[in-house]
Amino acid sequence: MINILFFAAVRETLNCSQLALELPKDNATLADLKRSLASRQGKWQQVFTDKLLMCAVNEVMVSDDNTPIKTGDTIAFFPPVTGG
Amino acid sequence: MSIIQVSVQQADFDYALEVEKLEADNNNDGALVTFVGRVRNRNDGENIRQLTLEHYPGMTEKSLQAIAEQACERWQLGRVSVIHRYGCLNVGEKIVFVGVTSAHRQDAYHANEFIMDYLKVKAPFWKKETTEQHERWVEAKGSDQIKATTW
Repeated sequence: MINILFFAAVRETLNCSQLALELPKDNATLADLKRSLASRQGKWQQVFTDKLLMCAVNEVMVSDDNTPIKTGDTIAFFPPVTGG
Repeated sequence: MSIIQVSVQQADFDYALEVEKLEADNNNDGALVTFVGRVRNRNDGENIRQLTLEHYPGMTEKSLQAIAEQACERWQLGRVSVIHRYGCLNVGEKIVFVGVTSAHRQDAYHANEFIMDYLKVKAPFWKKETTEQHERWVEAKGSDQIKATTW
């Protein structure tokens, strides 16, 4: 399983803060996961095709969609950050 | 070796106490630069009533620590303190504190600005404003992205 977290406006748009899913396929990448999530009904397509969407894999920000993901990973999706 | 202190907290912080911690038993450093960010009463033409900060517990602390460590690699620093609040904040309340000490002023000035610039684009915080009319998520500024790339 992989653990998926959603924050801020992304969480509100999807009305979902957390999901546990099987890897979309063997040797999956972030792009595979985003494709799989984008295929869900409702606003998921809009969120997961947004170029500004940010992502962290195991609490480290990742900008390359070719990043491999594996069972046990925690993957977070969120809008551009606005702290400070 | 620099000493780094990072805190992500709901509670307010005492500015004078934080400065005291940076100065206590520290006679190596002649320079102390602090920055405090506070909630403004207006943004994008609307009056602000409240600001709510969300963050990613766990990752937030790690990312602030990593930013402080990068600052210590780039400049000769004595102590670095970063405090960032989350939760519901009223106008005028403090949001963030960055304090840096160094032997001479240039290192502390530069490191303090670097930490704030990096925090703005790399630490997982999100602001939501409550205005007189509605609630809205604050959008990230392109200028913050550009500023962070100048280091």
